[in-house]
Amino acid sequence: MTAIRPAVEAKGVTRIFRETGQDQVRALDNVSVAIRENEFFTLLGPSGCGKTTLLRLIAGFDYPTDGEILLYGQDIAPLPPFKRPVNTVFQSYALFPHMTVADNIGFGLKMLGRPKAEIEARVDAMLKLVHMQALKNRRTSQISGGQQQRVALARALAPQPKVLLLDEPLSALDYKLRKEMQIELKRLQHETGITFIFVTHDQEEALTMSDRIAVMSAGNILQVGTPWDVYDHPSERFVADFIGETNFLTGMVESAGDGRARITLRSGAKICATAAADFRAGGNATLMVRPEHAKLVKGRGDLTGTIETIVYFGTDTHIHVRLDEGNAFMVRQQNSRSASCGFENGDKVGISIGDDAAQVLKD
Amino acid sequence: MANRFDVRRQNGFVSVAMVCFFLLYLPIATLVVYAFNDNDSIVIWKGFSLRWFHIAWNNGLVIEASIRSFQIAAVAAMLATITATMAALATTRTKPYPGLTLKYAFINQPLMVPEIVTAVALLIVFSRIKIWTGYSGLGYLVAAHTAFCIPFAYLPIRARLESMDLALETAAADLYATKWKTFLHVTLPLLWPGILAGLMLAFVVSLDDVVITEFVKSGGQDTLPTYMLGQLRRTVTPEVNAISTAFLMLSIGIVTAFFFISRKRT
Repeated sequence: MTAIRPAVEAKGVTRIFRETGQDQVRALDNVSVAIRENEFFTLLGPSGCGKTTLLRLIAGFDYPTDGEILLYGQDIAPLPPFKRPVNTVFQSYALFPHMTVADNIGFGLKMLGRPKAEIEARVDAMLKLVHMQALKNRRTSQISGGQQQRVALARALAPQPKVLLLDEPLSALDYKLRKEMQIELKRLQHETGITFIFVTHDQEEALTMSDRIAVMSAGNILQVGTPWDVYDHPSERFVADFIGETNFLTGMVESAGDGRARITLRSGAKICATAAADFRAGGNATLMVRPEHAKLVKGRGDLTGTIETIVYFGTDTHIHVRLDEGNAFMVRQQNSRSASCGFENGDKVGISIGDDAAQVLKD
Repeated sequence: MANRFDVRRQNGFVSVAMVCFFLLYLPIATLVVYAFNDNDSIVIWKGFSLRWFHIAWNNGLVIEASIRSFQIAAVAAMLATITATMAALATTRTKPYPGLTLKYAFINQPLMVPEIVTAVALLIVFSRIKIWTGYSGLGYLVAAHTAFCIPFAYLPIRARLESMDLALETAAADLYATKWKTFLHVTLPLLWPGILAGLMLAFVVSLDDVVITEFVKSGGQDTLPTYMLGQLRRTVTPEVNAISTAFLMLSIGIVTAFFFISRKRT
């Protein structure tokens, strides 16, 4: 595990935008989060959730209405961007079109007034790091999107910032290149040892790359945790719904305690589920079950229904079931080469939910 | 099917285009041809000669007026371009706010107010100032030309700024460039073609202004256009054609030079 010392800390940060002739918009609402030194931290959420606003506040492109932003304990919220040891990789890359690749990468060091020899050595090292030595003297308009992305990364890393901010940097790349750059980014973070703060709306990207993820919605951080935490133990319905595919069920909480609960489903079946430690018995609750954690069975399971559609995905098959109580439920089943999934449209089936498959959610 | 909407395929396109070309270029072509006329008349052709160019070149008044025109145009275009660059930066590097449109209108006022109105207004104001200060140099003409050149310099600079990605300046600030360094290393180099276009436009507009100059100038301050106007009132010889032709060549030269400079830049 990396050091626990926070590199960046937001304390009660609020940002209110006032548009003329419109109501004020609370882009961030009393947000507090601590980002550890050396970690790959992701701000994940749908557009308009405030993730980019938080990034811009850390970079200095915008200032908070209220609250503190600490960089290694020092409040940087009032500083202009050029006084912060923090660099950004922009969504549009924002490479300087009138400069060569090398001049772009050396720009930050030049502005810091470093000696020429040092800048040249550092630019060469950066070009090597992102495998771009051959294109050193090209204009940035003469290189491909993926190459521009690498130059943007090298340019932001060259001044050795304490924190690197990445604003949806992969969104303009095609699928294959994006996958490649995801691995590349992980490698760069590992090799440079710099804290990365990554903004994305792509949950898959967040899960595969991050050490920890903050899930945001409507100007708030809903949950901070490892990819495993937010996927398998989402704290609330929004998180469960936003990350991955999820089935939601409702049921009565019979008993709860010690992080576990016994639930009676509407179908009458009783199942075990994990729950927050402070969860109390009594009343209705929403449960979530991931499609890969439920199992289709012939005959009676915890739930019963009829198969509506079967979608083949290569690696697995998605089977959509209409439950007898009316809701839709999806089960994901791993494929094998020798046999089909074993079910047909219109089959009456049961769904069994294991002891560890369900989680009780706060609404 | 796609060609149906191609304007070149519409009926009458060629004839309309030809009429436009003739209207635009026939008078100029005639003017240029008669500059080489070996005759005192500007309409009766006698033979080829460079005589009128020679006469114009040796006419002290023409040379003096030309030099004055260039001096005024150079200073006024420069001042107007600097002002217009600052105005363009101030009106584009900001979020739109109420009153911004009013500022656009304010800057572009010389394009909208009839020139004769400005000319009369300036005549009245400047004659007052002349009495108070006793100064009667070229300063009045420079001031007037600067004022009406500003919108011509402003428009191409603003257009260029609006097409520039704001993220570039943000990126420069992120990479430790102060505001001044950002302007120097990022904004200015990218804005350069716009500034050159503005400068050239302002220069040309100042060079051929007649109305305001005619009203504002003091005695002995003829610019080339006002000198030519004065000549036309007396006797018309192909000398006017020769001067105009030289003027035309110069303009074409400037525009071509600018075209190559700006193409190199982008």
